[in-house]
Amino acid sequence: MSDKDPKVRGANRPKLALHVPEPPFRPGDKPDFSSIKIPAAGSATRPDTSVQAVETHALTTDLVRVLGDDHKAVGPWDPKLDPETLRKILKDMVTVRVFDDRMYRSQRQGKTSFYMKCTGEEAIATATAAALDREDMHFPTYRQQGLLVSRGYPLVTMMNQIYSNKGDPLKGRQLPIMYSDKAYGFFSISGNLGTQFPQAVGWAMGAAIKGDSRIAMGWIGDGATAEGDFHSAMTFAAVYNVPVILAVVNNQWAISSFSGIAGAERATFAQRAVGYGIAGLRVDGNDALAVFAAVKWAAERARSNGGPTLIEFFTYRAEGHSTSDDPSGYRPSDEAKAWPLGDPVERLKSHLIALGEWDEDRHAAMTAEADAAVRAAQKEAEANGILPQQGKDNVGSMFEDVYADVPWHIAEQRDQAVDEMR
Amino acid sequence: MPTMNMIQALNDAHKVMMRRDDDIVVFGEDIGFFGGVFRVTEGLQKEFGKARTFDAPISEGGIVATAVGMAAYGIKPVIEIQFADYIYPGYDQIVSEVAKMRYRTAGEWTMPMVIRTPYGGGIFGGQTHSQSPESLFTHIAGLKVVVPSTPYDAKGLLIAAIEDPDPVVFFEPKRIYNGPFDGHHDRPVTPWSKHPASDVPEGHYTVPLGKAAVVREGNELTVLAYGTMVHVALAAVQDQGLDAEVIDLRTLVPLDIETIEKSVEKTGRCLIAQEAPRTSGFAAELSALAQERCFYHLEAPVERVTGWDTPYPHAYEWAYFPGPKRMKKALEKVMAD
Repeated sequence: MSDKDPKVRGANRPKLALHVPEPPFRPGDKPDFSSIKIPAAGSATRPDTSVQAVETHALTTDLVRVLGDDHKAVGPWDPKLDPETLRKILKDMVTVRVFDDRMYRSQRQGKTSFYMKCTGEEAIATATAAALDREDMHFPTYRQQGLLVSRGYPLVTMMNQIYSNKGDPLKGRQLPIMYSDKAYGFFSISGNLGTQFPQAVGWAMGAAIKGDSRIAMGWIGDGATAEGDFHSAMTFAAVYNVPVILAVVNNQWAISSFSGIAGAERATFAQRAVGYGIAGLRVDGNDALAVFAAVKWAAERARSNGGPTLIEFFTYRAEGHSTSDDPSGYRPSDEAKAWPLGDPVERLKSHLIALGEWDEDRHAAMTAEADAAVRAAQKEAEANGILPQQGKDNVGSMFEDVYADVPWHIAEQRDQAVDEMR
Repeated sequence: MPTMNMIQALNDAHKVMMRRDDDIVVFGEDIGFFGGVFRVTEGLQKEFGKARTFDAPISEGGIVATAVGMAAYGIKPVIEIQFADYIYPGYDQIVSEVAKMRYRTAGEWTMPMVIRTPYGGGIFGGQTHSQSPESLFTHIAGLKVVVPSTPYDAKGLLIAAIEDPDPVVFFEPKRIYNGPFDGHHDRPVTPWSKHPASDVPEGHYTVPLGKAAVVREGNELTVLAYGTMVHVALAAVQDQGLDAEVIDLRTLVPLDIETIEKSVEKTGRCLIAQEAPRTSGFAAELSALAQERCFYHLEAPVERVTGWDTPYPHAYEWAYFPGPKRMKKALEKVMAD
């Protein structure tokens, strides 16, 4: 009898079943992350930056951590930063958090259409910015505003962009937070997820073609690693041994989908690196010192033609995906508090206090200072207009920059649109 | 003056520009050591080295994406997609990134790159070696779309495309790489060397983007065509003995509307020929423009002769390709109305 006969085919075999990953906790559940293995700070080995990619395998399941529960910096990854640098990173983190809170409120007040916070992830971008050179180019997602803050980008310009006002360098064409600034090494943010990851590889290929010494860093979230662009970035980075750092910010959530839907149940995101022949590191994303040390390591590797590194920053998206998202619909509202890696601001603050280089009063004063700076910037930006007031002035500018010159068909449409707005 | 076929002319355009501009980098599948499956990049790696001409992984998305990054760095990528039928994995990068970069950054970042890709049918290429997807790109603001039909134009247009500050999707009609094809598949094809447009000047020259060519002057009707269909149209009007004006558009975006208007207003009749399927094809845009802008000069409805609204079939090549028979019928119709 043929086994193509449907009556007998697979008769003795178990029924196949589709596995659809579910997050451990849903609204109403009590979050308990005790099953997540958190290695002790200082326990991860730190190989030489010239290590073969395959030899980083253990580091792709481990977790590079520097700050212990006692808030002391320990182990081979301790970057031994001076207090000045630590305070700078802390200040950048606090500024980002204050900025996020104000802009979130601004959206709720109807002054802008949209905003996205990076609460809980502040250490990743700010410590990275501290570890790289100002000339290195970032290809960020929409959740690395800390790069701009750390590089001293004017807060008022960020807000002008958010408000699409007359000070907006992008002339009201882009959704709020899709910043772009070449001079600050911050590539234009696209709404299309994952696209910038292989673009970072291309930029670094350009640097290699030209014999430059600058490197690039590409950013992607856990969810977007499922995009084909993740695979092409990894392939091209490996094939051409590209001087690029590729960062996966694993904040556990892609809007309402937990990281298991992106493949995290079976392997860490860092583990994917080794399969491509790329060095991989898995790093405590809420530990500013670990972030700094890992990026510094990867940068040294890239700068010495050692090739690319994939870094998974293990963190937690403490708030909603965006102002258009209510996370209470898909996860427990107190989940962020249960997250075992804590809060990056509190951890660095406690570290500085443990060093005797910080105290509550100074922290309160610095927070107040950041708050004042953000408020002042907001006042200045709002004087340039807010979204509801825009859209009427200079409609003709909508037709510029599609091409270098305005072709006849767009010129005709411009004239029509300008006429319609009269 | 050297005699070149279209492949040699395109190859020469690369060499002329790569010698002039160190920032030009050429990459794509099989284009390095091997010189490309159609030989367009032959000899480039030998002359310019592997850092400027190299093979890419089979990843159209990766090829376009890394070209975006290189352009952001300050390099001018001239990339190849082996067949236009395989451009779709790179479509997100082309549409969402390449096309919109200047606009979304208010001119801060630009994408001066050329995406070359062989396209079109008439070669028994079946579904995935015959497509004409130009309308998927003419519909995207921010892209320029170019289709040469002779060796002379191919070189001049490619040089112009490389020098252009905007991204250009450059469709190369592979049916006429080696010689002009008039649609008479039952007759031997003449090589380019018998055609005056195979006289290709040495060195640098350009054929400006956005300028059509009146390849045959006439008064009875206007035929708008591009790529292989230019030659099919020329043969068809010749066979019919019509005093037709045949316009080779050369650039689809931005379109040379003045030349089209002038001609249609003179002749009062318009036939548009394209290989691509009919519905929402570029011929529909041309038809709408002719109707909107020349309505009171038209003596007959604007006629389209196109591929059918089916995937490109293998065995039915000559029933699908808009060849002499269909051209004849369409010409008779537009003249009779």
